[in-house]
Amino acid sequence: MKSVTLGQYFPGDSLIHRLDPRTKLLWVIIYIVALFAALDWYSYGVMMAVTAAFLISSKVKFRVIMQGLRPLIIIIILTAVLNMFYTDGTPVLPGWPITWEGIKKAVLMILRIIMLIAGTFLLTYTTSPIMLTDGMELLNAPLKKLHFPVHETALMMSMALRFIPTLTEETNKIMSAQRARGADFDTGNIIQRAKAMIPILVPLFVSSFRRADELAVAMESRCYHGGEGRTRLKQLHYAPRDWIALGFGAVLLAGMFTMRHFGL
Amino acid sequence: MEIISAENLHFTYPGDDEEALHGLNFEISKGQFVAILGRNGSGKSTLAKMFNGILLPSEGKVTVCGMDTSAEENILPIRRQVGMVFQNPDNQIVAGVVEDDVAFAPENLGVPPEEIRERVDRALKLVNMYEYREHAPHLLSGGQKQRVAIAGVLAMEPDVIVLDEPTAMLDPQGRQEVVGTVTRLCREQGITVILITHHMAECVDADRLMIMDEGRITADGSPAEVFSRVELLKKEGLTVPASTYVVHKLNAAGFSLPLSALTPEACAQAIAGALLPCGGEK
Repeated sequence: MKSVTLGQYFPGDSLIHRLDPRTKLLWVIIYIVALFAALDWYSYGVMMAVTAAFLISSKVKFRVIMQGLRPLIIIIILTAVLNMFYTDGTPVLPGWPITWEGIKKAVLMILRIIMLIAGTFLLTYTTSPIMLTDGMELLNAPLKKLHFPVHETALMMSMALRFIPTLTEETNKIMSAQRARGADFDTGNIIQRAKAMIPILVPLFVSSFRRADELAVAMESRCYHGGEGRTRLKQLHYAPRDWIALGFGAVLLAGMFTMRHFGL
Repeated sequence: MEIISAENLHFTYPGDDEEALHGLNFEISKGQFVAILGRNGSGKSTLAKMFNGILLPSEGKVTVCGMDTSAEENILPIRRQVGMVFQNPDNQIVAGVVEDDVAFAPENLGVPPEEIRERVDRALKLVNMYEYREHAPHLLSGGQKQRVAIAGVLAMEPDVIVLDEPTAMLDPQGRQEVVGTVTRLCREQGITVILITHHMAECVDADRLMIMDEGRITADGSPAEVFSRVELLKKEGLTVPASTYVVHKLNAAGFSLPLSALTPEACAQAIAGALLPCGGEK
């Protein structure tokens, strides 16, 4: 439970930290598209260089990034193995189901997943939840015309992120309490273990509803009355570095599609 | 000048047969530190929620700064004047960074960004949490979280702060931090403080102490006056501060010690004064 680093923010003052959240959100989209446009070793090389540049300039600790990857190891291994066996081509040894093409594809797939996770997690590592949701609210502002609850969605997301550590702590507490009463979470088959989760989930749900209720009262007491007429402590401003970053993103995207076109 | 007044205040929770508050009448003066004491279910938290219109009287009325809480258009101005701090610090902190949380109320009020900055900094300095402004709240101690919650309320620049059992989930040190902070805010900033609690010791510095039981106010006066009614307090299921208890017992045994000796130091002085002919000079 402690290793859940998703949605965690590591305060800092790096270039990546200082970028406008809107720039970073757009960059994540650019990054994902570019990553899926990458076809072969050369384009993967470019993407790896870009990812490495981001990770290093963000000054987020390497250990933290590895922690983010850990829960996905099984998926990564599974994808790699499946790709190795189910790709047609020249067998590594005559009669073996593993092909050279399969190995290449597996390696590329591992790289892609790792980059995808490391690159996108960097968004939440370097952007405070408030900035993140502010950015989303502003980027989605045009949707207000379609009566999409932009402000409410953004607020809900920031609250959800805010309560991840609180609820994690609570889950651990409940687990310890149930263990002390003799509950067993670690043995038995999948169904037995899923059943063992019920005594954790029920109190967790009950307390979450109570929390939500108290939180709503506390918010109302602090004059919350919807998004109408709200101001912000931290105003978002596009700085020259944001335009440069977006320009760089456009170049990357164009480059990736050109390389794809030439089959690199 | 009174800032909050209740007239014939009755309240029944929807779906309940029994009244939670039975016709309260009182006035609270501006700038005072008022403690409301009572055991669980005495109606003290219900009363707290009346002060900023979270609950509305079933009968009678509550007036805050001359505004009736039951009028819909008064609710927002009243909530701006009456800041509310609750028991569980985790459930009232809305943001993942301390200063963003403190900024929540002024943001809701539409205060311009530069002024929000000033208010946030001032509020955090008042509760001595300025150096933690960029921390994540879940990494703070209970007392620190509760001080952040107080700062979040101060940023509205309210006239009154109501604290509904703010120390119930804290350790003794956190309790001391919170009570010390609100006492200071009352004395130095002139903010009216209404502290709802079931810890006697927290009421010692109050200007006025009200005791509630079963939806009624059973005692109202200065802490020294109220604590001196030891028998009544016992009946209410409340324990008096140890020093008051000692003075009470000694007086029952024939001494005549002043009941205003509320702190252990004052109590020791009083006893020394009674025992030594020179008048307590140690």
